[in-house]
Amino acid sequence: MSFNKSNIIQLIIIVLITSLIGILINNLLINLIRSDMGISYNWIFQSSGFAISESTIPIKSTDSYALVLLTGWINSIKVIITGLILASLIGTLFGVCSISKNILLRFISFIYVSIARQVPLLIQLLFWYFVVLLPISRNPIHIMNSWIIISNQNISLGSINLSVEFSALVIGLSIFTGASIAEVIRGGINSVYKGQWEAYQSLGMSEFLGLRKIIFPQSLHAIIPGLTSQYLNLAKNTTLAIAIGYPDIYAISDTTITQTGRAIEGFFLLMASFLLINTILTRLMEKANSYIVNSTRFKK
Amino acid sequence: MKKILFASFIGLSFIGTSCATLTKNQVSRLDIIKERGEIKCGVSGQIPGFSFLKSNGSYSGIDVEICKAIAAAIFGDMNKVQYRRLTAPERFTALKTGEIDVLSRNTTLNLTRDSAKGNGATFAPVVFHDGQGLMVKKESGVKLISQLKNSNICVGSGTTTEQNINDIFQERNIPYTPIKYQDLNQVVTGYLQGRCSAMTSDKSQLAAARSGFKKPEDHIILDETLSKEPLAPASVGGDQRLSDAIRWIIYALFTAEELNITKGNIDSKFKLAKENSNLLQLRRLFGIEGNLGDKLGLPNDFVVSIIRSTGNYKEIYDRHLGEKSAVPIPRGLNRSYKDGGLQIAPPFK
Repeated sequence: MSFNKSNIIQLIIIVLITSLIGILINNLLINLIRSDMGISYNWIFQSSGFAISESTIPIKSTDSYALVLLTGWINSIKVIITGLILASLIGTLFGVCSISKNILLRFISFIYVSIARQVPLLIQLLFWYFVVLLPISRNPIHIMNSWIIISNQNISLGSINLSVEFSALVIGLSIFTGASIAEVIRGGINSVYKGQWEAYQSLGMSEFLGLRKIIFPQSLHAIIPGLTSQYLNLAKNTTLAIAIGYPDIYAISDTTITQTGRAIEGFFLLMASFLLINTILTRLMEKANSYIVNSTRFKK
Repeated sequence: MKKILFASFIGLSFIGTSCATLTKNQVSRLDIIKERGEIKCGVSGQIPGFSFLKSNGSYSGIDVEICKAIAAAIFGDMNKVQYRRLTAPERFTALKTGEIDVLSRNTTLNLTRDSAKGNGATFAPVVFHDGQGLMVKKESGVKLISQLKNSNICVGSGTTTEQNINDIFQERNIPYTPIKYQDLNQVVTGYLQGRCSAMTSDKSQLAAARSGFKKPEDHIILDETLSKEPLAPASVGGDQRLSDAIRWIIYALFTAEELNITKGNIDSKFKLAKENSNLLQLRRLFGIEGNLGDKLGLPNDFVVSIIRSTGNYKEIYDRHLGEKSAVPIPRGLNRSYKDGGLQIAPPFK
């Protein structure tokens, strides 16, 4: 094995970085011991003593912190999944509109993307919650033969009952992320070779059919990576739920940390739970990507 | 090549020196504060009457006056304070990590927060005896807690209020749904917009919030009190010199009220004590005789500096929570023991 200059520089950089990380961890642990706050997870099975406004699993305030945190985690996942689906639908719709020949559709899409991308998400969430949903009357309004019932407490779609907090969060997140997804999709479609457009037109295909069968499948290569990062952003942005009263994992950790005084342990759990959600999301998107690469074997 | 190795050696040794070790240092934060020339005080900034950031950028309220009194006692100048606005969840971490020296942010004293294995803070005497209450709209006709069965209640998260409301409603078997917001302004908005039938917080905060409503008379605070909420300043645990100093600075405010020493008459009282050697109590309090201040690590005349700056406890209370203030709250338990209240100071001896 021969050492050249760059090997040694790399080695030194690795040593420097690992020792820096080591020192940070050492300082954390030492300072915790010094302030009698050594890491401990004993509290996790103690009774939490606080109620939660909505949960998928039945939960009482006498249940343990572990169960309460799990409830928050499930609540987060509920928002993430609904948000992903809605944001993808909105994004695809407006992405396709933005390359349409119809000038009105292009204009609407442009206005939507501009507003939704340029206003901070927190402000959009507060807007949907405090300005749009809460001022609705307390007495339920029935729409479409009572299939939709809206009040400032709940929104019911058929047999599905959603709280206004959940609704505001999902609407805000989907509209915000949908705008970025629309841009990713527009970019993806524009990346397809000009010749392909001429090809489907010369075959006499309609615009819709040509987009669906020829252009869109080829644009997926360029879309998937951008889409993945938008999905991850959506998942992380769900933590803003605390601003509008939705009990997600962050909101519940917040209460847990104040009650137990275990900030560092609480944040470790929070980080781990998001690492898990986002790793699963990334893996799924990688799978989708390799499936697409394998199934569309033509090269540009 | 040699240069790179040399540079990295320097780098490594630099990192090495920043490494923490387990040697206990006995430096009190009081010395650090004196060296720095100002105290760092953690407040809320959002509660009128307690700590409120005014539009001109200055802070006011009784929590703020406590910071000022401490600055006056240490430096003789009540303006040597650096304020930090903290949310409820971050306040104890800020105290523990030394980001602030004193936490004066309407914080409820309880066992967990005061103990070494809990939040690890040490609390000063209670500066405001509060209790948690519920506010409802007058038109709802609700007078008793039991009438709130199956309703939504807006509550701030990360506070003891969240636990108290649960304890009471569970104890009495009243089902309810908590709608939790991170910040009091959102609790108020949620309540006013009709998301909840009632909002809960400490009664002082309810009164403060109501003072900002368009029609304060349309809202009533229920008579029932859900909990004891003794609000007290705190400093980091295990630092006796700093916590003793803060404790006696607050006692000085109570003592001054008991002896009827005010901002207006402090100079004449001081002169009187100086000239009459038989006024032993006053001479000790003002540091003319003995060395009470020195025992705490403060100037001997620290009481004089405090009263000159902020006045006594009653003056502070009247300025911010008195009848003529923007947030009138009857003094109740917060009267001096001489008037049937709970505020009492041990002797300055």
